[in-house]
Amino acid sequence: MPSQTKPDHPAFALVKHAFPNKRLRATEFRGESTLIVEPGDLHAVLAFLKTNADAAYEICTDVVGIDYLNYPAEMPGRFAVVYNLISHEHDNRLFVKTFLTPSLPTDGTADDPALYIDSACDLWPGCEWPEREVFDMFGVRFRHHPDLRRILTWNDFPAHPLRKDYPLRGRGEREAYRVVDRTST
Amino acid sequence: MGIEAALSTDTVLTTQLQRVVNWARRNSLWPMPFATACCGIELMATASSRFDLARFGAEVMRFSPRQSDLLIVAGRIGIKMVPVLQRLYEQMTEPKWVISMGACASTGGVFDTYATVQGCDQFIPVDVYVPGCPPRPETLIEGVMAIQRIIDEEGMPPKGPDGKRVPLGIAVQPTHRVAAQPVGLTVGR
Repeated sequence: MPSQTKPDHPAFALVKHAFPNKRLRATEFRGESTLIVEPGDLHAVLAFLKTNADAAYEICTDVVGIDYLNYPAEMPGRFAVVYNLISHEHDNRLFVKTFLTPSLPTDGTADDPALYIDSACDLWPGCEWPEREVFDMFGVRFRHHPDLRRILTWNDFPAHPLRKDYPLRGRGEREAYRVVDRTST
Repeated sequence: MGIEAALSTDTVLTTQLQRVVNWARRNSLWPMPFATACCGIELMATASSRFDLARFGAEVMRFSPRQSDLLIVAGRIGIKMVPVLQRLYEQMTEPKWVISMGACASTGGVFDTYATVQGCDQFIPVDVYVPGCPPRPETLIEGVMAIQRIIDEEGMPPKGPDGKRVPLGIAVQPTHRVAAQPVGLTVGR
């Protein structure tokens, strides 16, 4: 069985027809279809996939980030954000992916204008927490997000820890906290 | 029935007040369980019928730090949880003791990552370290008994040369040998 098959997911033709002038790419791997769009087109494509009756992706199960630093293959960008969609009506799954390349050094929490995409919270309210997690772990910011705070690490954490250039044991965050002794109470 | 039967009813016993206080304190260690991981399961087993921490007067799990004097840290601690742990510790009334139960609470265990505390003794004073992953209930009981011995022999609190309370720093040795279970009844034969 070939691992790479022809991308024939029904949503591909729909999106291609609806967005004739946009740059769209598609991959299929072991039955999992991925639609790759430019960051600026992401929200329009997601809105189309939700509202179009032939697509009807009414559920977004997860939003995940990926860091492709030191990835063996050549990728279109350093970071990726993937929306996992499900259509119960048509019994279909689809991944919508977009690549982002940072314009600033990635070792801190700098507000990088190149790492911005539009939030999908207006389409699927359940995206709120997954998008907060992507922001917390990768530093990708979401425009028009209702409450874009860190969700797993604490508010003044000085990095985005799932970036591949962040050391596993951290940069001393786990040691830097006040010490209580018997006499401090 | 007990020792009262061997004594005549008009007997007066004299002892030191400190010994009576130590005796009462030793037999009423009320634990505050800070169970964040699988060590908490063994902590529950320790308190339950087979291992029966009530034999040592320490079965009253208090979920309010103001009512407890033994903090049992059972499980891995994230840095985000440290303020909670410190707040609980500070709210406990003296005299108070802390048991660090298991590999994660004592050293971070296998979780050597940016957000996991590598031993809760970095941030709060720890009196007894109980080894194991998780420790068997007998080992935890050994840790409780270590504190009981300290209270019984030296009174409370042991002070350092500068007069400040110092952590005991006792490490229970992992020498427990598993015996055949269950142990048969010896009462009423």
